[in-house]
Amino acid sequence: MLLIPCPWCGPRDESEFSYGGEAHIARPREPDALSDAEWADYQFMRTNPCGWHREQWLHTHGCRRWFNVERNTATHAIHAAYRIGEAPPLREPAS
Amino acid sequence: MTQPRRLAEGGLIDRGEPLRFVFDGRELEGYAGDTLASALLANGISVVNRSIKLHRPRGIVGHGAEEPNALLQIDRGAVTLPDRRATQTELYDGLEARPAVGRPERDPGAAMGALSPFMPAGFYYKTFMSPQGWWERYEQVIRPAAGFGYAPNGPDPDVYDRCNVHCDLLVAGGGAAGLQAALTAARAGARVIVADEQARFGGYLLASRAWIGDESAQAWVARTVAELAAMPEVTLLPRTAVFGNYDHGFAGLVERLSDHRPPGKRAGPRERYWRVRARQMVLAAGAIERPIVFGNNDRPGVMTASAVTTYIRRYGVCPGQRAVVFTNNDSAYAAVEALQAVGVSVVVADAREECSAAAAAARDAGVDVRPGSAVLSAHGRRQVTAATIGDLARQGQQRVPCDLIAVSGGWNPAVHLHSHIRGPLRFDHDLATLLPASGPDYVRSAGAAAGVFTLAEVLANGAEAGAMAAAALGFEPVMASVPTVRDDDPAPGALRVLWRAPLPSEGKLPAFVDLQNDVKTSDLELAVREGYRSIEHVKRYSIMGFGTDQGRLGNIVGSGIVAELLGENVETVGTTTFRPAWTPVSYGALVGEELGALFQPVRTTPMHDWHVARGALFEDVGQWKRAWYYPRAGESLDDAVRRECLATQRGIGALDYSTLGKIDIQGPDAVTLLERVYTNNWRKLAVGRCRYGILLDENGTVLDDGVTARLGEHHYLMYTTTGGAAAVLAWLERWLQTEWPELDVYLTSVTDQWAIMSLAGPSSRDLVQDLGTDIDLDPQAFPFMAVREGHVAGVPARVQRASFSGELTFEISVPADYGLFLWERAFALGERYGITPYGTEAMHVLRAEMGFIIVGQDTDGAVSPLDLGMQGLISDRKDCLGKRSLSRPDFRRDDRPQLVGLTPDDPEVVVPEGAQLVHNPDQSTPVPLEGWVTSSYYGARIGHSFALAMVNGGRARHGERLTAWDLDAGAIAVTVTAPSFYQPPRE
Repeated sequence: MLLIPCPWCGPRDESEFSYGGEAHIARPREPDALSDAEWADYQFMRTNPCGWHREQWLHTHGCRRWFNVERNTATHAIHAAYRIGEAPPLREPAS
Repeated sequence: MTQPRRLAEGGLIDRGEPLRFVFDGRELEGYAGDTLASALLANGISVVNRSIKLHRPRGIVGHGAEEPNALLQIDRGAVTLPDRRATQTELYDGLEARPAVGRPERDPGAAMGALSPFMPAGFYYKTFMSPQGWWERYEQVIRPAAGFGYAPNGPDPDVYDRCNVHCDLLVAGGGAAGLQAALTAARAGARVIVADEQARFGGYLLASRAWIGDESAQAWVARTVAELAAMPEVTLLPRTAVFGNYDHGFAGLVERLSDHRPPGKRAGPRERYWRVRARQMVLAAGAIERPIVFGNNDRPGVMTASAVTTYIRRYGVCPGQRAVVFTNNDSAYAAVEALQAVGVSVVVADAREECSAAAAAARDAGVDVRPGSAVLSAHGRRQVTAATIGDLARQGQQRVPCDLIAVSGGWNPAVHLHSHIRGPLRFDHDLATLLPASGPDYVRSAGAAAGVFTLAEVLANGAEAGAMAAAALGFEPVMASVPTVRDDDPAPGALRVLWRAPLPSEGKLPAFVDLQNDVKTSDLELAVREGYRSIEHVKRYSIMGFGTDQGRLGNIVGSGIVAELLGENVETVGTTTFRPAWTPVSYGALVGEELGALFQPVRTTPMHDWHVARGALFEDVGQWKRAWYYPRAGESLDDAVRRECLATQRGIGALDYSTLGKIDIQGPDAVTLLERVYTNNWRKLAVGRCRYGILLDENGTVLDDGVTARLGEHHYLMYTTTGGAAAVLAWLERWLQTEWPELDVYLTSVTDQWAIMSLAGPSSRDLVQDLGTDIDLDPQAFPFMAVREGHVAGVPARVQRASFSGELTFEISVPADYGLFLWERAFALGERYGITPYGTEAMHVLRAEMGFIIVGQDTDGAVSPLDLGMQGLISDRKDCLGKRSLSRPDFRRDDRPQLVGLTPDDPEVVVPEGAQLVHNPDQSTPVPLEGWVTSSYYGARIGHSFALAMVNGGRARHGERLTAWDLDAGAIAVTVTAPSFYQPPRE
């Protein structure tokens, strides 16, 4: 059960949140200019790393804000939570 | 009553407080302080259960959570508890227990034991899989023969409590190490929770004869617990198992609140589920003594050495009169001492060739110690009668009469809570077991759970763990000086690795690795012979370590034997993964109060009581209770719905539409948001007008639909389906927050703020006029798909002219508190027009006659607007969510399932929803499927039955004849039509 540091509310229990999948996938500006394969790539293809992963979370039963979390999928360690539009906080590459 | 095996003195039981209990119909007596297991042993009960698969007679082996056999059914009726470990069940007056499997005496399944050579691992898979489809028949015979226990026969009458708590330090285990850790951290100022699954703190110290400083171990425990109890920031939780350790310091605990009291004297909740978030953890769960495998090692009377010590010293019960102690390490000499002290003759088979100091001391005290030897097999059936002791290096074996075999194969630290959070393990060669290696930095194992066994070291280790936790929390711990310890019980040193004894000369006998699951060494041999290599695969093939046992007793031994069979070392083989729960957790504790009426909220509209008074039946739509139909006396559903539909067509039908989702959208960019999420155009929608729209997900499939009204320059009100309200708001919010944060627009759910009364039918305008309104109702001034704000019946109202039925409709929204007033007023004034309430069933019929879809009924997650014939709603002027997907080749196929209407040949026959559409049902299978029925009713307005359906390439097939086929209704001939049946009246 993760303890997720909501950027607005502070650390809260995972049961208050919903998971939103990989972060930083921008919606294409001109979808009609894309090939089917490119559109499918945007829609379906996601990284599936064993390690650090930037992902979206929603504080469903709290402030109802979406934000980003950088989480290690292997250890569940959370490096940082940051607001939409903010740059991910730096992380030591080795850690 | 006599307790033949009870000692005259000693132990932490109260001989002045006898407790009566019943086991398998026999009335017995124990004492306060007993567990059910110690009381059964005191009464000389050897067979307490049968084994799950082979129905072999089984006795008590352990004294705690590791017990594999004594899984008993406690009490009766709705409160009965299956599979309770007798070793963890406190005795109370009036307790009633029986075996969870079979009968201890004259067991009808006992013949299974004789068949055991024919029932190896995988037996069921191999034997009962053919002929195909017969498993269900076999199962009816096999299941009742197997364990485990009986479910309660009624709803659980008990209540359960739950709490969420935060603490600085959670200490799992209140033995020597745990108490020291808690004391050190608490003295430094930390907020500490100490949990122990037993009724009293102390762990193994309760069976120790050690002295700590100038007091006995038990006195030290009492004084330490008293000091902790006096600290306001310390919470002591006896009878509380830490059953699971999850991420980020979250642990699940279950506290037993009333199970230990007699049934008549229980009050309050039965259990409490503690959800603990701890900043630091000390895992001091102790260690479990492991057996050594030998022939017939499951016979009643074979116990772990530490269990024997515990029963003698803590419970004042001697489980035997003549004992053989079989060990490969020093710790079993505590049992030798304990047995000797109560006058039991002891023969020691010590697997080690050289006499250790502990062995030499026992020999000097007159014990028959036989170095380099092992117990090869046990004799006796319902009780051990003898042991065959053999020499490990040379030939030769001897039969030694005994009624108790105490075994020690070394100790396995209880690393489970460490493993739950993926803490790594390392193999320790001195102890021949797995120890916790460094895991997350907020978790420390201490004491025997960390592989530390000498009492002085355990106390120091516990204090150090507590001090480190306190320091990590920012406190300044003071290391208490560890008192001098005098402990004559040897720690498990000088171990000789021995997983299983050699075969006795009489040949191969059943030798059990996992007693609870009836897994023998021969099953492991078979698994390896059949090619399994990974211990995880061997486990699943042999079922070793399954169920509530979770490998507590046999896992490391099993790994050791598999390693020998594979010719590998045990480090390489490793162990299976320990997962939560450490001990079984009742569903009641996890569910807590969240059941029945508190399971989830029930949402009702402001007019709900009126519907109830009018005799409405309700249907659940999400959390809402919606009026389904309003039967009059003697009316069936069908009768009522026909009447409600016709009343709407001829006069006025009134529908409570309050449950509709309502999202208030405001801001300069509101229209941009609508443009981006709806498929159609919104920029030219004038203030005071409304429009139907469909929402797509990015995959191009229909997410929701509804009407949106423009209330002002930058103000819109979006209606969603009743069930889709929350999802649509979340969907819009997600896009606004994550992708379009630059849009200046705000969303508010106003679903509960407005009550809606929908008046449909030719007289509806007259009734609104009669109610009194300042809104001009003239069709020129207030056309179809327009919205007006003003007053109706003297209250603020918003009136919208949309129609889901095809009839002239005024949807009147008023603030929720006026909802019932408006409703009752309309019914009072509408009597002259024959106003009739109609429910969701009539609403469905009316809309289906119009060909209007219900998202989620006529659509599923694969249906695009093109499939629904809604090309006209898709703007080619702009992009919107999901639009790009509509040009993918598959969505352009012209043989996709498309929305059509169906007319049955027989106008009175209603095709069951979900029926499959085929050309010819008598064709040989597989019959090609042409489609399926999504909505189907009798249409009172059109005078015949009809349906909506999805049919492959259906738009080009109008007029074609198909057969609807349903398992119950059989074949029904239908004709494909356009999905529109009712011609609404012209205004």
